[in-house]
Amino acid sequence: MLLRVTDLVKTYPGPDGPLPILNGISMEMETGATLALTGESGSGKSTLLHLVGGLDQPDSGRVEIDGTDIGAMDDAARAAIRRDKAGVIFQQFNLIPSLTVASNIAFQARLGGREDKAWIKDLATRMGLSDQMSKYPEQLSGGQQQRVAIARTLAARPALILADEPTGNLDEATADSVMDLMLELAAETQAALLMVTHSERLAGRMGRRLHLRAGRLA
Amino acid sequence: MTKVGLQALLSHWLRNPMQLFTLIVGLSLATALWSGVQAVNAEARASYDAAAQTLGEGRFAQITSDDGAIPQADYIRLRRAGWLISPVVEGRLDGVRLIGLDPLTSPSGLATMGADDGNLTIDALAGGVLFATQDTFERLGAYDITRVVTPDAAPGVIITDVGTAQRLLGLENTLSRLLVSPTQPIVQTPLAEVAPHLTLRAPQDGSDVGRLTDSFHLNLTAFGLLAFAVGIFIVHGAIGLAFEQRRPVIRTLRALGFPLRRLIALIAVELLVLSLIAGAIGVGLGYLVAAALLPDVAATISGLYGESVSGTLQLRPEWWLSGLMIAVGGTCMAAAASLFQLARMPLLASARPRAWAMQAGKGRMYQAGLAVGLLVLAGLLGIFGSGLAAGFGMLAALLIGAALALPVVLDRVLAFGASRAKSVTAEWFWADTRQQLPGLSLALMALLLAMAANVGVSTMVSSFRLTFTGFLDQRLASEFYVYADDADQAAELQTYLTPRVGKVLPIQSANQDVRGLPSEIYGPTAHSTYRENWLFLQSADDAWARIEAGEGAAINEQLARRAEIAIGDDITLAGEAFPVLGIYGDYGNPIGQIIVTETTFKRLFPDIRPNRFGLRMDAADVPVLTEALRKDFSLADAQMVNQAGIKAFSLSVFDRTFTVTGALNVLTLAVAGFAILMSLLTLATMRLPQLAPVWAQGLTRARLGRIEIIRAVLLALLTAGLALPLGLALAWTLLAVVNVEAFGWRLPMFLFPLDYARLAVFAVGAAVLAALWPARKLARTRPSDLLKVFSNER
Repeated sequence: MLLRVTDLVKTYPGPDGPLPILNGISMEMETGATLALTGESGSGKSTLLHLVGGLDQPDSGRVEIDGTDIGAMDDAARAAIRRDKAGVIFQQFNLIPSLTVASNIAFQARLGGREDKAWIKDLATRMGLSDQMSKYPEQLSGGQQQRVAIARTLAARPALILADEPTGNLDEATADSVMDLMLELAAETQAALLMVTHSERLAGRMGRRLHLRAGRLA
Repeated sequence: MTKVGLQALLSHWLRNPMQLFTLIVGLSLATALWSGVQAVNAEARASYDAAAQTLGEGRFAQITSDDGAIPQADYIRLRRAGWLISPVVEGRLDGVRLIGLDPLTSPSGLATMGADDGNLTIDALAGGVLFATQDTFERLGAYDITRVVTPDAAPGVIITDVGTAQRLLGLENTLSRLLVSPTQPIVQTPLAEVAPHLTLRAPQDGSDVGRLTDSFHLNLTAFGLLAFAVGIFIVHGAIGLAFEQRRPVIRTLRALGFPLRRLIALIAVELLVLSLIAGAIGVGLGYLVAAALLPDVAATISGLYGESVSGTLQLRPEWWLSGLMIAVGGTCMAAAASLFQLARMPLLASARPRAWAMQAGKGRMYQAGLAVGLLVLAGLLGIFGSGLAAGFGMLAALLIGAALALPVVLDRVLAFGASRAKSVTAEWFWADTRQQLPGLSLALMALLLAMAANVGVSTMVSSFRLTFTGFLDQRLASEFYVYADDADQAAELQTYLTPRVGKVLPIQSANQDVRGLPSEIYGPTAHSTYRENWLFLQSADDAWARIEAGEGAAINEQLARRAEIAIGDDITLAGEAFPVLGIYGDYGNPIGQIIVTETTFKRLFPDIRPNRFGLRMDAADVPVLTEALRKDFSLADAQMVNQAGIKAFSLSVFDRTFTVTGALNVLTLAVAGFAILMSLLTLATMRLPQLAPVWAQGLTRARLGRIEIIRAVLLALLTAGLALPLGLALAWTLLAVVNVEAFGWRLPMFLFPLDYARLAVFAVGAAVLAALWPARKLARTRPSDLLKVFSNER
């Protein structure tokens, strides 16, 4: 099992005491599987994604990737998981503004010591970014920036891709083409894809779908 | 991985060179400010050390005579009586201080010097050798004596053997003083039996030069402290902004799997390298500042105390190292706080807008508490503290406490403004200004300190000058002063002058330790000049009448404070006790002074004859008398000084003293102005997401730019409003606490509203200048850049 989440609980401090965000979530994902995570705003989708990606730590429960509980890991070990196994695609791109498109795409792969120039070139071509490689993120449109963010994650060939509303800032046509590419490339690299989305249409294109309501799986 | 991370971090500076420039310049200026002041201090102190090493100032007991001349026969008699003493001949040759020592008998540790090139032959020594620095020799006329340039000599001093000094100074068979070796035989004839007219003076704790100039250095050290505080705030601000600017990069690096520890280590190394570069530039700039200031310092010390300081600057390791330490240490201190915050802040929290500002907001309550605590401590030290350490402690607590309180006070004032806002633009303006406060607060703190230092130091200097001018009017009451060549000429002059002027007032003095402190005793003629002009700070009833009747003495304030002498206490002069009947202000004099009436003085010091005279006369007759004295006595111009000349000279010495502090004032303010520019520029690049919606809703870019300038003016004015009371408190501390402890006298404090208004205008001008560039940038921001805020939904 690539990903196993067991009884995950997370609260955040609120004005009237701890605010429960996730209340005992459990789920699993196999290698190469695709899963859409849907739910209302504030239902805990992004929090679950952050916990799975080791960006945050649960109050209780386990997140196992390849059988290892990342909740019990220290910061350095969780950083290694993000670097080597779980790549995150953010809704707000989070590109490094001072690096060129080429450097941004290669960045995570280079961090993990797995830079494959031919693969990166292929990715850039298929993402339609070949002509933009020497530009800086601020010189690109929103759709282009999102494609760079996706390419950056895929370039590192992670076993698990975590995408937080990756097409949320894009128009429908662009969102569809980006989604096509992402699914195609995930399948090609045998990566599992866990995607948070509000879009019923996009969720319908994933292999499986989970709906979150008030911190619980509905 | 490290290389990739470093590349990402450094790429930020490559894409944003202006931010790197402001960081480097901020660090460099803070270092320059500190190292400039330190360089001046180190150079002057090194000169004193050289003087102390060469001359053995005060380290040994000395035998002196009241008239400054010891017959050589007395020296021989004392040596035969078992005294281990060494002769010293001292005088001025072409205006340069010439000191003759006896190398065979001088106590060890004195005047060890050699030639620069190591070539010194016996032949050269036989004909007499002069040792001095090259600068000093250049001031000396042509004499047929071997000259040896040595870096060991004190500036402005020539060292030679006793015989050569006597020959050059025309002091055959006469010595100036005798140094007493610390080790003496158990059996020796008492001095009173061998040479009863000579006095044995005990060695002094510190060197004369050191004690005299410590007060001046205190001034510079106090300024160094202020410069340090301003510098640290600027460094702190620069580093804090550097973190704020790279917040997104740091967050992304962590999200992509870059380990936190390695990231912190990389940032620390990067900042270390940057601080070393900036520190080196700062030390270079500090050198230029010091080189520009040092001639004034040298002239000041020379004018005030007659001691020479080398006018050229050397690259002394202690100050350039301390400059680098300020840059690196200040950066470490500032970075430690930011790195600690980075390490503690959850990964995702750092991504939230204003996370750092919110973090700062949380700390504001602690900051307010600390500020109140420090201000209370300053108050307690002012009321209960004593000593110089307490004075400086109070200064530090007051300044740091006030600086920490500034953001809290400004926040409250801005909140009040927001609550009174009528229009929506005004409401946004107040709220937006409040939001910018965390980013600007360190620069504003630096401005507060710079302005307070300016108000405080200028109030002190102006109060000092006002008091000093009044004091000169009192003390230099005589219209004309005449100096005789010797006692015979003095007697002739007195006879000549008596029928020609209103009153001839002989000026005579003797040196003696009073309660262990070196002092000079004056014996003026009983005359209304003294009664009317020498005003007492404290006195017994009928003080002048009783002093004139020989019933007591008056002493200066510094002697009263240092020896803790009160009215009615007895002091001993030449073995006779006198009650102190008056204490008078004596500003500028580093040592104690006692006044007894002329009759008493003659009884106590029968051998001393006056060779100076103050003349009370119609000022209009001064030119005629000058001409007559020149013709009848061949007096040189230097021997005839009119009152206006002395006053002008005294004031010029005074003004020069504070040229240095004035220049540092301007420099500190300019650096603080730059800190504001740096902060505004940095914030401007990060504020587009906040400004774009306001622009979109109808405020033009030009208007937004104008609002930026108004905001800078408002913040500068508010800071100036707080700097004024702080500066006045600083002035009070300097005048009433530090000055009393260091100089021995307390000065009245005067207020100079016009100066303060000028300073406020200067500060606002600096803020406007600092805001102009960012405002212009904002006004010229392309609409497409503003629109990107929405398209990217940052």
